[in-house]
Amino acid sequence: MKWKFEKKVPYVILSILAFVFALPLLWIIVASFDGNASQAVKLPATWTIENYKAVLSEQANIRAFGNGLLISFGQSILVVLVGGLAAYPLSRYELRYKNMFLYTILFMTSLPITAVMVPVYKMFLTIGLYDSIFGLILFLTATSLPYGIWLMKNFMDNVPIELEEAAWVDGASTLTSIRKIIAPLMFPGICVVFIFTFSGSWGNFFVPYILLQSLDKLPASVSLYQFFGQHGMVVYGQLAAYSALYAIPSLVLYVISQNYMSKGFNMAGAAKG
Amino acid sequence: MQQLKASGTPFLYPKKEENMNKKQNEVYVEAKKSVLLVPAIILLIVFFVTPIILTVYYSFTNLALSGENAKQLKFIGFSNYISMFKDRTVRISIVNTLIFLLGSLIGQQVLGFAIALLMKNKNKVFRGIIGPIFLAGWIMPEVVVALCCSTFFGDEGTLNQIFAFLHLPNVEFLYAIPMVTVILANVWHGTAFSMMNFQSALDGVPSDIEEAARVDGANRFQTMIRIILPCIKNTIATNTMLNTLSTLGVFGLIYMMTGGGPGTSTLTLPIFMYRQAFVSQQLGYGTAISMLLLVIGIILSVFYTRIMKNN
Repeated sequence: MKWKFEKKVPYVILSILAFVFALPLLWIIVASFDGNASQAVKLPATWTIENYKAVLSEQANIRAFGNGLLISFGQSILVVLVGGLAAYPLSRYELRYKNMFLYTILFMTSLPITAVMVPVYKMFLTIGLYDSIFGLILFLTATSLPYGIWLMKNFMDNVPIELEEAAWVDGASTLTSIRKIIAPLMFPGICVVFIFTFSGSWGNFFVPYILLQSLDKLPASVSLYQFFGQHGMVVYGQLAAYSALYAIPSLVLYVISQNYMSKGFNMAGAAKG
Repeated sequence: MQQLKASGTPFLYPKKEENMNKKQNEVYVEAKKSVLLVPAIILLIVFFVTPIILTVYYSFTNLALSGENAKQLKFIGFSNYISMFKDRTVRISIVNTLIFLLGSLIGQQVLGFAIALLMKNKNKVFRGIIGPIFLAGWIMPEVVVALCCSTFFGDEGTLNQIFAFLHLPNVEFLYAIPMVTVILANVWHGTAFSMMNFQSALDGVPSDIEEAARVDGANRFQTMIRIILPCIKNTIATNTMLNTLSTLGVFGLIYMMTGGGPGTSTLTLPIFMYRQAFVSQQLGYGTAISMLLLVIGIILSVFYTRIMKNN
């Protein structure tokens, strides 16, 4: 009897913890479908999608989502491209400064970006990139490049070099062999880097908050914050609906990345095909 | 693998016969091989290294957005640092940052470790349901975390409803215990990261050692202290380091939940830096404050790089 009881304890503790962890998020789900939402989790008297309709019917919100997608896509594509190119020599060649470069990169991955935002703001004012989505994308790309290069290099190391040798014999240039041979073989790795960068970018609040000013350029993260500040204390339902919509890309990307993570790393097998 | 790669390398070093031509040739070959690194290096220099150098430089200037100083950028030596050490608010925000850091670290790691340990070898279906619930808080973007927690801890929020149900008094969490509240919010958000790290570390603890210890009569507590903890001490170190670095940089969560207030009760270094730079418009002074963050960040990053290098 005692043994059975002891076996059950972890399940009980975990269930209680999970219940507590679920409550804050549960609010978003129920409140977003509640026409008369309050601060607390409660079952809606009537379920409605009016909140979602209201959020989506506002032009400014749609634009904020568009901006967010533009920034996140721009940043992720640049990180994959620039990081992928940089990873090639680091993975394939003997370079004298290679180790030093790699350690510098690794060092950069962990620096808190928050600490440099004030000078970056001043710098962007000076060089005319302040309030420019393009400038923001460049800065964000640079901040996630160290991690991007690091990951890309490790994924590339797993692609067997023999396949490339065949291409060289056929006279393929480096760029061609990257495009035709390496990129397809490390596609799962590329997806991981892309998704990782994208979700980081999509959730980033501080950087766009500092570097952008015009209302029509703000991404969803900043726009949701402003929505929170302006009507947060009144229209809980809409606020919850906005949050739910904004959180969807992060959730979806996480699920996709888990898929890649679990089946994506057998690249030696892929090379046989 | 490593050897294959080396032998398959298209441009090998020329053999070491030191004459001028060979040396030039070597430089040329190195440069040619590095061409693909150029875009990355340019981006990193312009948007990563330059801001760091500027941080150091601006912290010695009177840089301001408005007023007299805005017209003339002057080098003022250590003035910013001297006023910083005299500034009571700086001390308060350092203490607040440390409290926030310690609270978050302990909360996230203890809870993360406990969950990882309890989940080990449990029913698959149960894990499949419970796991995503913990992960959800981690996947959520910062703004959503701040929002969820603001309402959860709100005056009429879920937690107070539960308190009312249990006949406990209503607590104005964000006013009465703001620091505890933002720490709890950060723990809610960050626990899953530690949980995942500990899960994979615990899976790596060889079960035969554990069993051997049990057979030798070690109880659970002893197995934990003598066997499991030493096995995962690297994970604990890296996890602590990464959590410290990310917690030091937390801005949005606190900014949105309390704005650093009430008063200065949740004023951490990033928030104080933001206020000085963008509210008081003293960029130079704000930058000097961020130097504190940067220096701590650099020291920790060096440690982190060392650890990773050894692995």
